[in-house]
Amino acid sequence: MSDRPHPLLIVIAALVYLFLMVPLVIVVGAALSDTTYLTFPPQGLSLRWFENIFQISAFRRTIVTSLQIAFLGTLIALLIGIPAAYALNRFRVELPKWLGTLFLLPILVPEIVFGFALLKSLTVGTGAPIFLALLIGHTLIVLPYVVRVISASLASFDFSIEEAAISLGSAPVKTFFTIVLPNVRGGVIAAFILAFITSLNDVSVSLFLTGPGISTLPIQILAHVEQFFDPTVASVSVLLMVLTVAVMAIVERTLGLTFLAK
Amino acid sequence: MTQPLHIEAVSAHYGTTRVLEDLSLSVQAGELVSLLGASGCGKTTTLRLIAGFLSPTSGSITLGGRDLTRLPTHKRDIGLVFQNYALFPHLSVLDNVAFGLKQRGIAADERRRRAMAMLDRVGLSVLADRAPGALSGGQKQRVALARALVIEPPLLMFDEPLSNLDAKLRVDMRVEIRQLQRANGTTSVYVTHDQEEAFSISDRVAIMNAGRLMQFDRPEVLYRRPANTFVARFVGFENVIPFQVVARDGDMVTAETAGMRLGLSQSLYGTIPDAFLLATRPDGLTVSSDAAADGLPARLGLRTYLGRAYQYQCETAAGHLVANGSLTAPLQAGARVKLVPVPEQCTILAAGGDE
Repeated sequence: MSDRPHPLLIVIAALVYLFLMVPLVIVVGAALSDTTYLTFPPQGLSLRWFENIFQISAFRRTIVTSLQIAFLGTLIALLIGIPAAYALNRFRVELPKWLGTLFLLPILVPEIVFGFALLKSLTVGTGAPIFLALLIGHTLIVLPYVVRVISASLASFDFSIEEAAISLGSAPVKTFFTIVLPNVRGGVIAAFILAFITSLNDVSVSLFLTGPGISTLPIQILAHVEQFFDPTVASVSVLLMVLTVAVMAIVERTLGLTFLAK
Repeated sequence: MTQPLHIEAVSAHYGTTRVLEDLSLSVQAGELVSLLGASGCGKTTTLRLIAGFLSPTSGSITLGGRDLTRLPTHKRDIGLVFQNYALFPHLSVLDNVAFGLKQRGIAADERRRRAMAMLDRVGLSVLADRAPGALSGGQKQRVALARALVIEPPLLMFDEPLSNLDAKLRVDMRVEIRQLQRANGTTSVYVTHDQEEAFSISDRVAIMNAGRLMQFDRPEVLYRRPANTFVARFVGFENVIPFQVVARDGDMVTAETAGMRLGLSQSLYGTIPDAFLLATRPDGLTVSSDAAADGLPARLGLRTYLGRAYQYQCETAAGHLVANGSLTAPLQAGARVKLVPVPEQCTILAAGGDE
């Protein structure tokens, strides 16, 4: 056995990377173009389309809304998801098996169907304010990730550690915070980041729940493309990409990306 | 500090399955009692009931006059040592040991002093600042022991504490556990499936099977005078031969089984019932090539080497038996021999007893 990979393997790997990277390179290039239309390779170099993002009030507003929804939705999902994941793991033997699957439903059902269902039941059904409907919708789509990631963390947590603490005189609720939570800290952080990114990038559910005056960034990008063909869209895309990469870089630095693969 | 534990008529269920049936057991103050049995016998259930991780469906548990039955675990004041150590991974060795003291509201200086003193007793004070993950199995179990002892609990419980250690360390650790337990005089309950471990360190051993207590006595009694066939087989009385009494003459009883008559003295065994089982270990049957010997005719099967003897699988009219023979005269498979019971190494069980 030679320890050098087969040349064909290198070629295939290179092609796969090319296939993945080229669209991103084109978007970044287009975003930097000085022209008033989307073009690649960029003609002239300029950051004016990045400035333009913040000159368009719809972008300013939707960036704020997207960040608010992502942050609050993730927070609520954690508040629901952590206890749920804890119960699912702690009482794995006692609870029925399908209960765990139930929490995955929002990502098992096609998102477009889920979005439509939420529109019917929330916005049309109860007349809930748009922001609230968005928040509920996003909480629901990120909840499966939260439950899944924290469950993975708890699966390797030895619950006799919790019992040891209780036997030493620590009340159960206190034990959860002082013993269980610190030992799944990595899972909680990973869940937060994964949920945040998922919410930030969501299109299909938001499409149904946005309405007059309130929208999210990805929906605003779609709306913008329908009317304009300038590089602003490319620069917004780059911005969204940078945000995602920055978050991923933080995960990589603090926990390692393998954490997400668990 | 040391207190007696009383378990009275406790039953427990998982769903509709009864896992513990009407168990009564008392542990005297300062005594170490082992719960011994195969997995599923109810020993761990019993420990978890005492600890309060499970609730009994009936019965009561009291510790030194304090009724524990409905008390939540964190108020029971019981020291627990787990099989997988269950150390807090995110705390240092010292903080692990000091954890119980912290829950009791003891000031930081005093906590540190007491935890260090306890670590000193288990010989680990130099590792106080380490993370538990950096310790060996034996060291982890010492930390777990220190953590349970430092709160000076009236009751200490061990759940298979040595199962994850290698054989040599197991023997060292059990001596260490016994010495610490003796020195503190802490009432202790020790759960294990290892008979040698249970017998070697316990004042008394409770042998359990299928959620019931089979026999509860000193190891010496269990080993020599099992009360029923289950316990007999459990402690190594592999041969159980049914007999019928055919004649009684004062102290002497003559009994018969397929192919053999035997004279037994009641002064050795107590009153012998008309139908009984004679139980022996493989050492309690002498293999004799002498056709005239007064024993059970047998045909030898597989021979295995035990180091101190050869062991033979034997076919007899009374069923399959196991006997040990001398190293000097190995016999071949198929040989016809007599199996002669050694009276001192036999015990008498009531026929149709608990199996």
